[in-house]
Amino acid sequence: MGIIGEPLDRVDGRLKVTGGARYAGEFRVPGMVHATLVQSTIAAGAIAEFDLNAARAMQGVLEIITPDNALKLSTKGGGPQTVKAPLLQDRAIHYNGQHIAIVVADTLDQALAAAARVRVRYHATEPATEMDAVLDRAYPPKQFRNGARPPDSHRGDAAAAFVQGAVKVDATYITPMEHHNPMEPHATIARWDGERLIVWTSTQGISPAQTTLATLFGLDKKQVHVVCPFVGGGFGCKGSTWPPVTLTAMAAKIVQRPVKLVLTRAQMFTSNGYRPRTIQKLKFAADANGRLTSMRHDGFSQMSQPVLGEFSEPVALSTEMLYACDNVSISHRIVPMNTGLPTYMRAPGEASGNFALESAIDELAVALKLDPLEFRLRNYAEQDPHENKPFASKVLRACYQQGSAMFGWARRQPEPRSMRNRSMLVGWGMATGTYPTNQQPAHVRVRIGSDHTIILQSGTQDLGTGTYTVMAQVAAETLSVPFASVRFELGDSRFPPAPVSGGSCTAASVGSAVRAACEAARDRVFDLARRDAQLGWHNLPSSALRMENGDVVGPNARIALAELVRRSGEDAVETTAGAALDDAAKHFSRHAFGAQFAEVQVDPDLGTIRVTRWVGAFDGGRVLNAKTAHSQLIGGITFGIGMALLEETHLDRRSGRIVNANVAEYLLPVNADIPDIRAILVPNDERNSNPLGVKGIGELPMVGVAAAIANAVYHATGKRVRKVPIRIEDVLT
Amino acid sequence: MQSFQLQRPHTIDAAVAAASRGGTYIAGGSDLMQLIKDNVEAPDNLIDLEQLKLTGIRADANGLRLEAMARMSDVAAHPGVRQHFPVISEALLASASPQVRNMGTIGGNLLQRTRCGYFRDTGFDCNKRVPGSGCPAIGGENRMLAILGGSSHCIATNASDLAVALVALDATLELRGANRAQRTVKLRDFHRLPGTTPNIETVLAPGEMIEAVVVPATPAGPRSHYLKVRDRTSFEFALVSAAVALQVNNGTIEDVRVAAGGVGTKPWHLPEVEAALRNKAPTQQHLREAAEQAGQGAQPASQNAFKLILLRRTVLRALQTAAA
Repeated sequence: MGIIGEPLDRVDGRLKVTGGARYAGEFRVPGMVHATLVQSTIAAGAIAEFDLNAARAMQGVLEIITPDNALKLSTKGGGPQTVKAPLLQDRAIHYNGQHIAIVVADTLDQALAAAARVRVRYHATEPATEMDAVLDRAYPPKQFRNGARPPDSHRGDAAAAFVQGAVKVDATYITPMEHHNPMEPHATIARWDGERLIVWTSTQGISPAQTTLATLFGLDKKQVHVVCPFVGGGFGCKGSTWPPVTLTAMAAKIVQRPVKLVLTRAQMFTSNGYRPRTIQKLKFAADANGRLTSMRHDGFSQMSQPVLGEFSEPVALSTEMLYACDNVSISHRIVPMNTGLPTYMRAPGEASGNFALESAIDELAVALKLDPLEFRLRNYAEQDPHENKPFASKVLRACYQQGSAMFGWARRQPEPRSMRNRSMLVGWGMATGTYPTNQQPAHVRVRIGSDHTIILQSGTQDLGTGTYTVMAQVAAETLSVPFASVRFELGDSRFPPAPVSGGSCTAASVGSAVRAACEAARDRVFDLARRDAQLGWHNLPSSALRMENGDVVGPNARIALAELVRRSGEDAVETTAGAALDDAAKHFSRHAFGAQFAEVQVDPDLGTIRVTRWVGAFDGGRVLNAKTAHSQLIGGITFGIGMALLEETHLDRRSGRIVNANVAEYLLPVNADIPDIRAILVPNDERNSNPLGVKGIGELPMVGVAAAIANAVYHATGKRVRKVPIRIEDVLT
Repeated sequence: MQSFQLQRPHTIDAAVAAASRGGTYIAGGSDLMQLIKDNVEAPDNLIDLEQLKLTGIRADANGLRLEAMARMSDVAAHPGVRQHFPVISEALLASASPQVRNMGTIGGNLLQRTRCGYFRDTGFDCNKRVPGSGCPAIGGENRMLAILGGSSHCIATNASDLAVALVALDATLELRGANRAQRTVKLRDFHRLPGTTPNIETVLAPGEMIEAVVVPATPAGPRSHYLKVRDRTSFEFALVSAAVALQVNNGTIEDVRVAAGGVGTKPWHLPEVEAALRNKAPTQQHLREAAEQAGQGAQPASQNAFKLILLRRTVLRALQTAAA
């Protein structure tokens, strides 16, 4: 066994807890000035006029940039995820809280004070701010899953099978608008050196940021340098290059000084996307033996005005593949509103869609008088029923077994309101989770130095998940060198390119590239060894050599890597290589799985709902670091508890303005809300998903949490709540 | 955020004099700084009360006196407060977070502004912030807002937990005004109903400050309890809360104090519940019947009708706990 999987402390832990880790907004750039955004207070219409006299007269103000004096940006190119507005390119208003001006001043205080003096007069028009009222405007997304999937799919005849079903569920489920609220707000510092632009920015994707900025400012990619060594949480809201990044660069170009822009917490609600509200209509049926015969899942998700871009919450994709069912029909529609552009938020579609899917499965189990776990086992999909492919691996059965055993599921009394802890109603609920295994092309440079250091570089990101650490583990094991001799560097666009850290793809994508690059580097080293005059290995094949604890070992001799490099006359051996999804993996359906078991206690008089126990068992494929993986699992479950019981962005229905744009009233779980969480990583040492056998576990653990809680609340109270967050008034009787 | 002058007077008289010239008091700053950062408040002169050393805490069988600058955390942990007035300690510990309680003061807590999201965002109209501009909250996101004491101009909830406990205990405020004027006012009379002037929240005269809170000795004090119901288990303002104090002698309730939070535009005294219990035996039925009296005249908005049911349940649970 190697070092992959070992529960090592994260290598950047000490830096982070001592404040030594430098985040984007903390870089000190000489001559830097400060910017702040001014945002609209109407949701639809246009700016009639600005009154900037008072603001311009304020001390320290360098410039106020509005659509009237903003730089015109190039619109050539741009990928399907491009955020097209608001970039101060015109006076139109598409949502409340839209950026309409940027104030630049010598100090932050001066910028903020001046921003408060900007006066705006609008031509307001009637906004669309209530999703239910404009459902008839729904239309199919044009770029569903970035064009990779059709928004609708059908197999069999779901409608006919529904009619024939012995038991049926026909219900609508609702998930709310949610905001990511990472600890670190979006922050950007931009500096121009002639026609070269450098930005320090908090992002989940430095390569896309580089491309986007190059496109907008008409530059070659090489002229844009993006730096992001640490990210204080992203959860999807730092996946796209949002307008504040671009506007900071624009401001820096106009004032010809380095400019820093850090969003306020309130601006984090209007500047970088959100999980859109969804309305999901499900019609499921089963036969009398408890076999699913029909599944129809129609998803509607809140969207902005199309001029801003497009995002659709893909709620029904899991429904295609999670259970064996011959008749399945799904559709996705988006509902244009005067709200900002929605975006990816931890398990986008999977988490929100699973709430509906796994609630409906529970409702069917109740109707069948079957144990919910037994019902799921009867409909276990041995292969992917949508793709008609074998799974790369699927140890979901073991997840069910180990999770239910640890939880004590067998002791569950099926009748609602039948279990009590003194006066409290006790509910036990469960749900299945799944998340696709994603892999994107990634590249890594390896430098084996004569100074006994091994440095790897990749233009990837560490969102706080442990990328620095786990990639060093993959490298150390692949090269058979001591972990301490390896340093993994990331967060710089001058490094070889890597994908957006999204879709839980970093471990699989960059990990595979690290492995490939280290294998290539090892071959280079073996070449050096064979060429070495003293070792006498000239006629040996590579297979006669091996690496061991930092040495190259061959017949009758061994030599330290650094020594070998030194003797070759070079400072270092440098190799760059990449990896992408290989053909072998394409023969498989690649998914991670999980089984969630929840206990809630509900006060029968006061309606307070508290989660009191949790067991989650997960099939995440091969684990790179048991400690950081465990942190991901308990973090994801915590995120799901927030979704189930607390998180919701409140939109004023008349103005379309967010009413709780702060973390006092936008409720995230606190420690007291979170019980002892038991997270099991079910062993699955596979190699089909990719050569490392990694499935990605950043998003998986939150999938199923909301449904498990809703199902537990039903079991506790007898009330089926088909929306989240589930609130006191939903169970108060 | 606008820049401001900061004064740090060493005497109450100097502070009051400065405030009478147009200054704004700042105590712990945990609320006011937020309001300043959000441009809800833009004071030119801040008068920091830290140097007044008004931090005394006295609590025993003879009653309680808390000076205005006593820290929430210090009062909550004070042995005399915990022994003789547990409802005060519990209300404080149910407030905010340890960090905020370490900064927040007793006087500041009683003067904290509403959490109504429309008030706290200058992008909305608000009669409390800009008199006459209108109230989008009443027909908008009103789940957290008041069902008692509102007007067509404002239904913003008073957010203080401490005030609920102190209203139940019939606390008195010692006020200091210009020219060394001193007066006292009952806390129950201190906060004003919004009426047509929701921007005027208390009976404080310009420049007047709270020097201390006084609670008279009451045999009901030791048997008191604060119950706070909220969506999140901690660090959240009350959806509904109840403060109760009971004195039971020979199987009869001789004294009873009840007030509620999260439901009123001011900390809400519930004399109807008290009247229903006085001189009765603390039986489950009596407690239940009394709790049902809570919230008479409630006028819920579209999203918060459940608060009336929850209020009665919360009062009942608090009474049951105190009576047990």
